[in-house]
Formats: sequence, C-alpha cells, structure tokens
Amino acid sequence: MIKNLAALVVGILFGVGLNISQMTNPEKVLAFLNVLGDWDPSLALVMVSALIVAGLGFIIAKKMKKPIFDSQFSWPNKTVIDKPLILGASLFGVGWGMVGLCPGPAIASLAAPSTEILLFLISMLVGMGIAKYITR
Amino acid sequence: MSEFTPISALIGGGIIGLAAVVLFLSIGKIAGISGIVSGVIASSQKGTLWRWLFVIGLIVGCFLSFSFSGISKPITPNSPTLYLIVAGLLVGVGTVVGSGCTSGHGVCGISRFSLRSLVATIVFILFGMLTASLVGAFA
Repeated sequence: MIKNLAALVVGILFGVGLNISQMTNPEKVLAFLNVLGDWDPSLALVMVSALIVAGLGFIIAKKMKKPIFDSQFSWPNKTVIDKPLILGASLFGVGWGMVGLCPGPAIASLAAPSTEILLFLISMLVGMGIAKYITR
Repeated sequence: MSEFTPISALIGGGIIGLAAVVLFLSIGKIAGISGIVSGVIASSQKGTLWRWLFVIGLIVGCFLSFSFSGISKPITPNSPTLYLIVAGLLVGVGTVVGSGCTSGHGVCGISRFSLRSLVATIVFILFGMLTASLVGAFA
C-alpha cells in the first residue's frame, strides 16, 4: 500500500517538474535540438539541475542497505554497451527530434489532451508492444 | 522562436531529479518512464499497480501545475499527422530496444555514473539534434 502511494506521489512530483521545465512544450524541445535554428539552451539546464539533485540522491542510496519502504534496491545491472543500446537510442533520438516529445512529457501532456498527443501516444505504445514482442 | 528560460528550467529539472531520488530511496525503483510504461503494457509482468499509479501521477501532477499557477498548459505538438505516427513508433521501439529514455538513461543513469547510460544519452541527443536540425532546415 505504502509503496503504491509512494509511486503515485513521485509520479505527481515528476509531472509537476516536467511541466514547469517546459519539457511538455514540443516547440521548446525542438528549439533545443535544432542547433542550426534559433538555439534555446534551456533544456540543457533542466538536465544539469536534474542530474545534480539525482546524483546527490544516488550517493545517499549507496550508503543505505535498502530503500525505506521495500526490501531491496533495483540497481540496474547491465553495463555492456551493445548494438541494441546504440540502435535503440538512435531510433529514439530520431523520433524525439521529429516531434519534440519523449515518453514522460507525452504522458504528462494528457492533462491537456489533444488528438495530436493521443496519436503520438498510441503510436508509441504500439511501437513498445512491437519491440517487446520482437525482443522477448 | 523560443525564449531562454533558465529559472523555470533549473526549478523544473530540480523537481524531476528530486522525484527520481524519492522513487529510488522509497521503493528502490529507477524512474525510467519508458520502462515503467512498457512494463504496464507487458501484462505478463507482476506488480504493475505501482507503475499505473506512477503514470496516473504524471498526468495529475502536470494538471495541478498549471491549474493553480500561471504556468502554461502542455503545448500541442505542431507536427503533421505522419510525423506524429512515425515519431511515436520510433520512440516506442527505440526506448524498448535501447532500454531507456531521457529519464532512465539521461537522468537516473548518468547521475549514478553509468557509462552505458551516458553513451545512450549522447547517442539519442545527437540523433535528436541531427533530426530536428534537418527537419527545421527543410520545413
């Protein structure tokens, strides 16, 4: 129960952060990614700020034996830099650069839904389903 | 035209980082949104309730952020229908094959000094810049 509540609270916090940082504005994301245009470096600062806070958190986590409401940390164990990683990141980058939406902001944008957002999200879920099926 | 907004970027980014920290310190999970979402659609996986609640939280949080303040609502993408479909498919396939997106690799991965996530992030930002610049130049 408490674990589910924690996930909900964190989701809310994350959604607030995504909208304040304007990751939910595809034009702004594209203005960062389009380096040949009128470049807007704002998103680099979103990243820097998120990394500093998260970095401090992970330093604390490394000193803890287990999370507060669960029995163990799910530390990611993969370290290999392989073809799927590079291929997947490349495809994701192309999709991100086409429209300016990545998964988190696309979902958060359902707070002000539009046909465009729904179309993108449904395609994203279909893509995830296809990839899950192929790579299973 | 897009205005440089350092203050909202730093505050928003800080909140995103804080959310990632709270999720890990409280229940030990990495706040990788593509992983959480693809875990929801893969029904064979156990324990999907927290994933659903996290996803619902994203929408609720975003709604709250513009309902009680002067912060603007999410902006509807200004892209042709074909772009929306192709980009959605690429983002979906790419994040599953590459095991992560901006949050999982970009924020959580780099901040715990994962070389794998750093490489993934450099690759998707470079391809994102290449694509956005090309689309921008020919649009």
